Amino acid sequence: MRDDVAGAMPVKLVVCGGYGSGKTTFVGAISEIVPITTEAPLTEMSLGVDDGTGTTKTATTVALDFGRISLDSGLVLYLFGLSGQPRFRFSWAEVTKGAIGAVVLVDSRRLDGFASVDFCEARSIPFVVAVNRFDGSLSHTLDAVREALVLDARSRADAKGTLISLTLHALSTAI
Amino acid sequence: MTPSDLDPGAEDDGPSLVRPYALVRGRTRSGTTDALPVEAIIVSDADVDGPSLALERQAIVRLCQRPHSVAEVSALLNVPVGVIRVLVADLAGEGFVHVNLPLGPRADGSVDRVLLERVLAGLEAM
Repeated sequence: MRDDVAGAMPVKLVVCGGYGSGKTTFVGAISEIVPITTEAPLTEMSLGVDDGTGTTKTATTVALDFGRISLDSGLVLYLFGLSGQPRFRFSWAEVTKGAIGAVVLVDSRRLDGFASVDFCEARSIPFVVAVNRFDGSLSHTLDAVREALVLDARSRADAKGTLISLTLHALSTAI
Repeated sequence: MTPSDLDPGAEDDGPSLVRPYALVRGRTRSGTTDALPVEAIIVSDADVDGPSLALERQAIVRLCQRPHSVAEVSALLNVPVGVIRVLVADLAGEGFVHVNLPLGPRADGSVDRVLLERVLAGLEAM
């Protein structure tokens, strides 16, 4: 962090979505620091709970996962990833409190962001839905996801564009 | 009795065998203040070599010579967020650090347009 931000104020956006939808990758693509992530390997027991079908992920986020962007000399944006597993949803309300918006990341092979959408709608948090096309594939036609953005979560430009779209959406709903 | 009376290891530099929540005597709040948001930024007001603070309290003051959020302090010091919140609130109350609280939605949930425009300008300038 630059030394001129001693008086900087934080603002927060959250990145949510289903298990394995690319939240950590998205945060890493745009954060100015290496995202600080606590990941633990899935245990045999939890493998029975997680529907990892079609994914090759071997670890899942079980703790706070976040990145940082210095927006100007007085404003620092923090991006917090919300764990996608149902058993960690207890932490969603606390982490999203005070967020100015949310990105709902959806795995293009599963379209499983419904819990995240419900969560944001229930709390009136402005959000955009972004479909992560893994390895360039898009398993659903754009008609089926036409209300959503399409991105590659590994791309800094795509991550930036998604955050700009979210901020514009939040502005359109602001008083 | 003050929190510093109970800080483990105050008399020596050895590793602590005390569990994190014992550092805060099982508290999840400091005084009557609300829990600090994970994105709140902490900035040290004290000279690193000034006060003789114990263990995690000293580590927080040292780390936050450069501003860090509650979440960053928790991750970098490997101490749970809930414990960092209480220690930071104590340190702020004692004047060792100050806390920059987030600019977020108002009580009615609406967000200031000027703030959103600043966020937008910052993102576009990246």
